Amino acid sequence: MSPAIAIRELDKVYGEFHALRGVDLEVSERERVVICGPSGSGKSTLIRCINQLERHDGGAIVVGGVALGDDLRNLDAVRRETGMVFQHFNLFPHLTVLENCALPQILSRGARRATAEEKAQGYLARVRITEQAGKYPGQLSGGQQQRVAIARALCMEPRIMLFDEPTSALDPEMISEVLDVMVDLAEAGMTMVVVTHEMGFARKVADRVVYMEAGRIVETAPPDRFFSAPRDDRTRRFLSKILKGS
Amino acid sequence: MTDRAAPTPSAPTPSDPRLPPRTRRRPLIKLLFGDLVSAALTVLAALAIVMLLPALNWALLDAHWHVAAPGDCRHGGACWAFVAAKSRLILFGLYPPSEQWRAMIVIALIVAMILASLSPRLRGGRLIAIWGGAIVAMLVLMGGGVLGLPPVPTSKWGGLPVTLLLAVLSLGLAFPLAVLLALGRRGRLPLARAISVTIIELVRGLPLVGLLFVAAILLPLLLPPDWTVDKLGRTLAALTIFAAAYLAEVLRGGLQGLDGGQQEAAEALGIPYWKTVWHIILPQAIQNVIPPLTNTAIVMVKNTSLVLIVGVFDMLSAARSAATDPAWPAPSTEAYLFVALIYFVICFGISVYSAHLETGVKSRRHG
Ligand SMILES: Nc1ncnc2c1ncn2[C@@H]1O[C@H](COP(=O)(O)OP(=O)(O)OP(=O)(O)O)[C@@H](O)[C@H]1O
Ligand SMILES: [Mg+2]
Repeated sequence: MSPAIAIRELDKVYGEFHALRGVDLEVSERERVVICGPSGSGKSTLIRCINQLERHDGGAIVVGGVALGDDLRNLDAVRRETGMVFQHFNLFPHLTVLENCALPQILSRGARRATAEEKAQGYLARVRITEQAGKYPGQLSGGQQQRVAIARALCMEPRIMLFDEPTSALDPEMISEVLDVMVDLAEAGMTMVVVTHEMGFARKVADRVVYMEAGRIVETAPPDRFFSAPRDDRTRRFLSKILKGS
Repeated sequence: MTDRAAPTPSAPTPSDPRLPPRTRRRPLIKLLFGDLVSAALTVLAALAIVMLLPALNWALLDAHWHVAAPGDCRHGGACWAFVAAKSRLILFGLYPPSEQWRAMIVIALIVAMILASLSPRLRGGRLIAIWGGAIVAMLVLMGGGVLGLPPVPTSKWGGLPVTLLLAVLSLGLAFPLAVLLALGRRGRLPLARAISVTIIELVRGLPLVGLLFVAAILLPLLLPPDWTVDKLGRTLAALTIFAAAYLAEVLRGGLQGLDGGQQEAAEALGIPYWKTVWHIILPQAIQNVIPPLTNTAIVMVKNTSLVLIVGVFDMLSAARSAATDPAWPAPSTEAYLFVALIYFVICFGISVYSAHLETGVKSRRHG
């Protein structure tokens, strides 16, 4: 089977600044990859290149068999394959929770309203948001908002889910409700790429953990080896820093 | 309420004989003369009331409501009889009296449409489509020439329908232009940005009167003679471009207040650009700038009165020409007050509508 995501020699430059330098990464179908690394190491840039919120400057990205380049039709295709969850939720504040989940289906797939709302209700139930479907995002807690954002992405029925620090804007007591939903999703067999510093989640769910620094992938390993026997000094230093807190 | 410490937490009962006079009198005195500012305001307000008394006298007690002949208005108070006699001219201008019902229906239609727009169930595309239909119906009614309606050239249109149509059409047509200008000015395409900036700054740098002159008087001289665009149409074009420049800057402010994550989320969900603009970006940008949008709308309603300079017969021109009737003794104050009242009703209505919209937005933002 061809991999869900294949990235080769990926380069991304912001003006003079090299955000990604020759990144190689392959993610198989149904695989869960967690990406971690210090701030500014290029984690967001990498994950945003996968769904082309950022255009890359060099190398190749193939998502679900579609090669990403200048072709705008391929852009549509990759957005169809991938769903994304952002650090700050990015829900549409002028729409109700239900509309947040239904309207994108109507606008980008031409779904009928009734079908779209039915599907929205289904996914909202899956992230355990049912009572609040008629509320506006501003009336929900951060954890609830992030779960709605996950449901909104799932409504588009992507084959790959991308998460960019989904819990780092949340109050500590709300982190687990979001992680629980993500664990459910992983158990259902979703292909996931997750940028997070929640090492408990990585241990429990990830097939592989990727450590990035200064725009490069430093180390990739299954979680048990990643946490117990990291090979690179930089990984060790990072882990000792991040695990001290928890 | 009182400055005495109550011995018990319960409120003093009304039967307490000493309390009622104290609580009733002291706050009023305090309110009026409690400090220097209130005292000054009280004195000023009292002076203003005294000074306004003669005006009230003029407007109400000494006013002539019904007169047998125009000359009877010569002495004393306001001549409201004049307004009654000339209301047809002020409200409908030179529109043929036999066809006046058409102009009346147009006014009724505009009022009905504005009321219909208040309903929260009518939003977005549906509302715009209905307005579009209503505007076409209004123009057909006013102009005639079809459906057995005798044609009435725009040079015969006048009064309130012209004021309302100019206001609604200039704002309505300016809005999509303003959206394009605002998006262009904020966008990444250098050419679009240059064009937007040029148009906005050029138009904002010109007085509206100048634009109206160019459109109404200069343009026909510059264009080939067989290119005759109706004068009302040219005036409308000038008002539209003027409104568009101001609305564009108001909208740009609204777009700036929007967080970039909205556009990104829409992009990640695969929503096409123009649908994102229409369903995600614009509604939020507009919600951010309801007060300045209202302001621009009110200013534009009043700006339509400037068209009298180029000889378009709006409500103000109609009032002015009504006041020149030599049979009546100089009743221009009454005519202008009447027109002012109508403008006030329109503009105040817009204010109330925007306040209503804003409370809706607030309740959605915070639980
Ligand atoms: N639009 C941009 N323009 C210029 N530089 C950028 C831009 N976006 C990111 N960068 C830079 O690229 C580098 C990588 O950014 P990125 O957001 O990918 O880091 P990150 O690993 O996600 O960090 P964090 O943990 O803080 O989110 C950073 O140094 C950042 O300053
Ligand atoms: Mg990041």
